[in-house]
This record gives sequence, C-alpha cells and structure tokens, in this order.
Amino acid sequence: MIRVENLVKTFGDFTAVRGISFDVQQGEIFAFLGPNGAGKTTTIKMLTTLLKPTSGTIELDGLDPMQKQKEARQRFGIVFQDPSLDNEQTVYENMELHGVLYHVPRKVRAERIENLLKLFELWERRDDYVKQFSGGMKRRLEIARGFLHTPKILFLDEPTLGLDPQSRNQLWTHVKRLNETENTTVFLTTHYMDEADRVAHRIAIVDHGQLIAQGTSAELQERTNSDSLEGAFLALTGDSIRDESASSADNMRQVARMWRR
Amino acid sequence: MSTIYILWLRELKRYSRSRVQIFASLGQPVLYLLALGFGFGPVFARAGNGSYLQFMAPGVVGMSILFMCVFSGISILWDRQFGFLKETLVAPVPRMHIMLGRTLGSATVATFQGILVFIICLIAGLRPHNWMIALPQAFVFMAMVAITFAALGTAFGSVIKDMQGFPIVMNFMVMPMFFLSGALYPLSHLPSVLTVITRLDPLTYGIDGLRGSLTGAWHFSFALDVAVMGFIAAAFLSLGAYFFSKIQI
Repeated sequence: MIRVENLVKTFGDFTAVRGISFDVQQGEIFAFLGPNGAGKTTTIKMLTTLLKPTSGTIELDGLDPMQKQKEARQRFGIVFQDPSLDNEQTVYENMELHGVLYHVPRKVRAERIENLLKLFELWERRDDYVKQFSGGMKRRLEIARGFLHTPKILFLDEPTLGLDPQSRNQLWTHVKRLNETENTTVFLTTHYMDEADRVAHRIAIVDHGQLIAQGTSAELQERTNSDSLEGAFLALTGDSIRDESASSADNMRQVARMWRR
Repeated sequence: MSTIYILWLRELKRYSRSRVQIFASLGQPVLYLLALGFGFGPVFARAGNGSYLQFMAPGVVGMSILFMCVFSGISILWDRQFGFLKETLVAPVPRMHIMLGRTLGSATVATFQGILVFIICLIAGLRPHNWMIALPQAFVFMAMVAITFAALGTAFGSVIKDMQGFPIVMNFMVMPMFFLSGALYPLSHLPSVLTVITRLDPLTYGIDGLRGSLTGAWHFSFALDVAVMGFIAAAFLSLGAYFFSKIQI
C-alpha cells in the first residue's frame, strides 16, 4: 500500500531524511517512532504531498503522489499534529465541508457522517461549535473526519499529543476498529511507546533521518535484548536529548493557544 | 464548483454569525460620515461645491468595502494559525478553486457590508440623482470594488506570515489607498504629483464609479471606470491566485 525507496529530503545544507526505505502492506498499522527531529514529520509531509522529496520514490496504492497529486490525496486521510478544524463551524458542518472537498456523493455523505459521528460519540454534539470542544473531542472529530471519504490509508501524526489516558485509549480503540472493519492502512507516529506497542502491527524506528530498525514489537525487543518496547527504543536511539529549534509552526501553535484562552 | 460553493458559503456563515463584528465594523463609516460629512460640510459648501455629505458618502461606502475585504483576506492568517487552512490545502481539489471560493465569499460579504453602509448614508441624507439608474450602477461598482480588493486581500493574506505584518499592510497599503482615492476630496485642481498618484490608485476608479452612479457627478466616465476596474480586478485575481498557490504549510 505504501512503498518508499531511498527517500531523501534536504533543506539547504541540512539533511532531514537520509535514504529511508520501507513497505507497508494493505490493512497494516505501521508505527513510525523516533526522537524529536528524527525526520518523522518530514517523512509524513512527503508521503502526503505537502513536501517534494529531494530524491527517492514514493508509491501510495501504486501512485506517485507527486505525479498524481489529486488522485493520491483522494486515497489518503490525514490527521495533523496540530488541529485543523474550523472552530467557527459546527461539528456537522466541518464533516460536511470535508465531504464536499473530498467529493463524497451527497447521499453517502449524510449516511457516513452520521455513522462516524455516532461511532466517535459526537452525534449528540453535532450542532455545537467546535470552539467549545476540549482537545480530546477535537481530536476525535478530526479522526472521524479523516475516515469520512473512506481513505485507503490514514496518516496520523502524533494524534494523541496532549490527551488524557481516557481519550487516548478511546481513540485507539476506534482507530483499531475502523482498521479492522474497513481494512484501512494506518501510518502513525507517536512518542508513546505503549500506544505503538498496543496498536501497531509493525514498528519502524528512525533517528537522524535514517531508519535504524523495523519489525514487530517482539522482534525489536528480542534484537536489543530488552523487555519492553521503550527499552528497545532507548537501546537503539541512545539516551541523549534532542533539541529542536522552534519552527514557525510551533510559534503559531503557541499564538493559537494564547488566543484560545 | 462544489468546492468554490462550500468555501463561499463558509465566509457567509462566518459573517452572519458574528453579529457583534457587523455592528462594530459599521462604527467607522458612521464616524466618517458624521464627523467629516457634517464637519467639513460648511467649508465645502462655501467653496461652491455643494453638499459635502452627498460628495463623500460614496467614498465612505467604498472605504467600508475596502476594509472589509482586507480584513477577510487577513483571515487566511487566522486559518493558518488555527490549522484549518491545511485541511483545505491537502484536499484533492485545485488550489485555484479554494482561492476563488474564499475570495468570492469575502467579496459577497463586503458587498453586503457596503449595502448596509449605503443604507446608513441614505438615512444620513444621501440622495441619489436618479434611483432607477443609480442603484443598479452603484451595485455594479460595489461588486467590482469588492472583488478587486477581496483578491488583493487574499494576496496579502497569502504573503504575510504572522499578525505583525498586518499593520504594515494597513498603514502602507490600505490607508494610503483610501486617502489617495478621492473618497474625501475632489480630484480636480490637485497638485500635479497628487494627480498622478490618485490616478495610479485602483480605488480611485471604484469611488468615481460609485459617486458618478449615485450623484451623477463623474470625474472620469462610466465606461472608463468599468474598464479600469475590470482590468484591475482581473490583475488582482491573478495575483491573489498566484500567491495563494505558493503558500507552504
């Protein structure tokens, strides 16, 4: 479903991603783990047509996302690291707008919106404005929205950042359910090892823009002689702390947070 | 088409839902109308130019459309900060459609705002010279001014990255455009430098069109104003589309 070969991305003289290759099968949940600045988000951005790779090839469902941008975009859904909802519209309107943008036919749209909102326990709140929602509810809505156009692949970039354990737990239950019922391939990044351990079929660990290991959680633990995924992760990536300079997106997020109060 | 429609509709919803903002944005035109309209009235009349309120009311209508358009364009910045812009930019639709939906949405909203201000002007004492011709003609110019500056607003919103850029746009682009458009004073007998500058200002032709339609006093002519505004609208729409297509997330 996703095939990546020798993917490279350089910004000026800085190389964010240096020759990553991997394959994700249809229906698989694939986790991308790595310390800050390892190149996770850059990789997701290249997979989702937001960034042009410097070199290397990407195939999504047999398509090159750079050549067939529209077709590729129709085939995947994405939940970004930071929220991307329209706060000034209601839950239903947000879903409706997404459905229109992704060419979901009117009849299917109404039906699917209802089903997804019910599944994500947002149906009762469908006429409320998104600005009144907590972080967890917004995340749920974004994921529900990501599934609306029945994507073949769903990209989740740190979807549980800043959520409480209850919301996290519930969110993954839903994602797993839809992965099973709709056979959606899921590509996710996270900093929480327990989540990756719980939901992902296979895990890839990236550091300094390189893929340093991949396999099931058990395989990774075995390889590093550790008794947890976290142990394996630390054994592979070392324990030095990575400093990431604040990007403009981080600054914006800060401003957005300030204004929300 | 459905993309353009749904984003157009979004702008309308946002406008109609913020009643306070509608009310607040009527404050400035009313102030201009009352303070300047009645304040300069006697001097203007003594200079033999007739009623100042009659003269400047079309300028105030144009001003409110201009400001509304620029504020709407700047909302791209908010959408960028709150993340919604990304949702539209990764969708499998041409960016051109997104840009058009947004721009036409703000143009519609701004035209509506212009009509509200026009009604206030009528209450304050503006009297069109010939209702049957004045109203449709004035509407054409309001819509043209709205589309032109909504497109410019989109261009600004695409180029500036944060709110710090906003005062620059206001003080060095929008305010000069308003003050040099002949909205507040007649364009004849100006110093030659000012004459050149006012003729380079796109808003000049919109204001002249509005004033001509409503009061029958043209500085240029209907045909020239329509032609120039049409040309500028096309140019700004292309400019807006270009900058919008360059947005990086």
